[in-house]
Amino acid sequence: MTENFRPDNAAQVQDAIAWAVSAETPLELVSRGSKRDVGRPVQAAHTLDLSALCGVGLYEPEELICQAGPGTPVVEIEAILVESRQMMAFEPMDLGPLLGGEAGQGSIGGVFAANLAGPRRIKAGAARDHLLGFTAVTGRGETVKSGGRVVKNVTGYDLSKIVCGSWGTLAALTDLTFKVLPAPEVETTLVINGLDDAAAVRLMSAALGSPHEVSSAAHLPIGIGAGDVSGPATCIRLEGFGPSVAARAEALEGELAGFGGTMGAVDGYLSRDLWRAVRDVEPLTAPLDRPVWRLSVPPMAGPSVVLAIRSAVEGVEYYYDWAGGLIWLAVPAEPDAHASTVRGAVAGAASGHATLIRADEAVRAAVPVFQPQDPGLAALNARLKNSFDPLGVLNPGRMTAGV
Amino acid sequence: MKMPEPDGAVLARRGEIVAALRAIVPGEGVIADDREMRPYESDGLTAYRQLPMVVVLPETTAQVAAILKYCQANGIKVVPRGSGTSLSGGALPLADGVLLGLGKFNRILDIDYANRTVTAQPGVTNLGITHAVQDRGFYYAPDPSSQIACSIGGNVAENSGGVHCLKYGLTTNNVLGVEMVTIDGEILRLGGKHLDSEGYDLLGVLTGSEGLLAVVTEVTVRILRKPATARALLVGFGNSEEAGACVAAIVGAGIIPGGMEMMDGLAINAAEDFVHAGYPRDAGALLIVELDGPEVEVGFLIDRVREIAEAHGATSLRISQNEDERNAFWAGRKAAFPAVGRISPDYYCMDGTIPRRQLPEILSRMTRMSEQYGLRVANVFHAGDGNLHPLILFDANEPGELEKAEAFGSDILRACVELGGVLTGEHGVGVEKRDLMGTMFSEIDLAQQQRLKCAWDPNGLLNPGKVFPTLHRCAELGRMHIQRGQLPFPDLPRF
Repeated sequence: MTENFRPDNAAQVQDAIAWAVSAETPLELVSRGSKRDVGRPVQAAHTLDLSALCGVGLYEPEELICQAGPGTPVVEIEAILVESRQMMAFEPMDLGPLLGGEAGQGSIGGVFAANLAGPRRIKAGAARDHLLGFTAVTGRGETVKSGGRVVKNVTGYDLSKIVCGSWGTLAALTDLTFKVLPAPEVETTLVINGLDDAAAVRLMSAALGSPHEVSSAAHLPIGIGAGDVSGPATCIRLEGFGPSVAARAEALEGELAGFGGTMGAVDGYLSRDLWRAVRDVEPLTAPLDRPVWRLSVPPMAGPSVVLAIRSAVEGVEYYYDWAGGLIWLAVPAEPDAHASTVRGAVAGAASGHATLIRADEAVRAAVPVFQPQDPGLAALNARLKNSFDPLGVLNPGRMTAGV
Repeated sequence: MKMPEPDGAVLARRGEIVAALRAIVPGEGVIADDREMRPYESDGLTAYRQLPMVVVLPETTAQVAAILKYCQANGIKVVPRGSGTSLSGGALPLADGVLLGLGKFNRILDIDYANRTVTAQPGVTNLGITHAVQDRGFYYAPDPSSQIACSIGGNVAENSGGVHCLKYGLTTNNVLGVEMVTIDGEILRLGGKHLDSEGYDLLGVLTGSEGLLAVVTEVTVRILRKPATARALLVGFGNSEEAGACVAAIVGAGIIPGGMEMMDGLAINAAEDFVHAGYPRDAGALLIVELDGPEVEVGFLIDRVREIAEAHGATSLRISQNEDERNAFWAGRKAAFPAVGRISPDYYCMDGTIPRRQLPEILSRMTRMSEQYGLRVANVFHAGDGNLHPLILFDANEPGELEKAEAFGSDILRACVELGGVLTGEHGVGVEKRDLMGTMFSEIDLAQQQRLKCAWDPNGLLNPGKVFPTLHRCAELGRMHIQRGQLPFPDLPRF
């Protein structure tokens, strides 16, 4: 019999997992389910749904902290933060539309469990850099807490890092405390049209190597558009206090003139729309049947990785974020989603990894969704999973087959 | 402080162990003479001293791997050490342990301006990284006060902070990759010049693990372009409560200063006596607020902060007009510890963090404790993030005073936890706060942390006796108590 548990509180989460442990039966962990189709398909008869553990319990703008249940919608938190002119600086992305769903459905638990950050990642850090503490129920059915409610803390192992990006395979989060920061007063984006990939990456490197505090840098190649901007367009975002942004934009414009292309700028909501589209992979969303990869590489290696893939596969669409270090790539549908080509290209860079963010269930069952690791690291990851969830009752196999 | 009982069987084999290590690291890299080992008997927490069984100073990753493999095979404990500046006893040797010093790993391996990274061996100093890139206008952001001496490998082990970490983050936010050697002698790489992990964030948990998980042999960090300009305000207040309210208002106005430090009256006067920085001696609390960034922005924010400070009852206010003046503002703060050292034979530096709004409460509790213990306390405080550094003044030559100072320190940290804070903001748990871990964590919390250690170090040979108050065997921790035959809980909502 399939059961769908939807606990109302943390004690019930513990009850449900304790039962799963005693019955040695796996659970699929979901919060609001907007990212359910990322990762390897989980073979679990029962579902543990954390969406009822929701609501902002504590928000102290002057302490820069916010605490919420895992099922709290991200949009609800953002609406509360904006009243105090604050934000989650890592810019949580919304994978809903990319995965064929609606926008605005994601939960804060999902954001941290997936460790997904937006364009501001290069300046402000990822989700993992903002989780200060949590309470969770491990796969042993035990409630553990880690970290705290202050922004500076080195007491004990930093388990916040390990639960971020663990996709629900180690513990079920029941409570999260995270850092919030002041939102910028204004933003403006310099848009340089006409550069090829290699020139664009050099320009983005120069912009980030300047003292002008660039918060995001993306390049849309020809044929790719985001918001009101059409590629080839290299986009450099500046945020902060009004007079500062104006002065930095002017200085940067001068310093970047030597890279060629034509310089323009978008401000206010046009800038926000552009970066929301870049963040949520809007340029590659349709058609929905194409597999989409997310590659993280050294920024300067971006163009050569893309070139290696494009010379082997026709019909690839892509763009760069994180100054070239993040590549979003859509490939024509194939049973292996061109995994060996994509991962071969990443292997050609000094370091990096490729994650298959969107693909049919059959493809995700057949192809490693997350970057396969060397045996030593893979074994350490498996031992770590075992230390939290020895019987494999939490999202078994979602990240790695058999783990 | 009770350390794990030395293993007599290991000590009995000392000669053989020294010979085996000499076979791995030839020449002067193995130190077994008591007198020559003396410099390694303690770290920055000098109240604790212990000679190691032997010191080994490898020069290559292959040697580190061979040493660890040998120790694992022979059941020998290993204490890793960088520059030995830990303030929590993280590198305190064990009588039956090998002290593994990484000091000879002192080369910068790669500077990559285009990708904005530096790769260095772990013995390179924190400031050494900045020195290597400053001619091109770059720097490495985390700046612990020991940065001239502390090593980048030690920074990774301790997740070191500094005065600028409110804006620029701790070590963990600035490290991109490491090469590490596990206790099995396996050489593994985490991360690189790219961002984020493909699997579990092992780099994130290794950072701040206090040498209990693996030995780091190479570190890749991100470097930043130096801010165009920096200016500071020096603001006096009648008392710490007003200064604290000012800090809250600055942050509430959306301003994250590059640095924001507070000192209390005793610290102000000790610093002024020592360096003559021009601090207001009559102030009950002093704030240093540094704003860095583009010139236009700094000028704009200086005005905003001045308005906020004046609205919060500032009794004196100066704004640095040039670099000399800015450095003078900082001189007193940077010299605060040695300055307090001049007014007392000894001092004991604590490191708790509290939610900032609890500042008045913790200060009044400290005043009461100070009376109760009969020991003075001076306070310097990373005001932006609530990280307190109370300095307890005592005289180690007076019988019982060290113990009294330690008890006072423990009471302060317990109070920090009670007020919603934590035991350590940046110095680490080490041996110093090990026995207080139970005030913050349950047995179950601590057992889970130790299980994580078991995944890396199943025999508990890496730096045992640090961080965890009670040592458990991994087999015991791994046991599950499963009650079978239970029915799914009837009151659990389903759909």
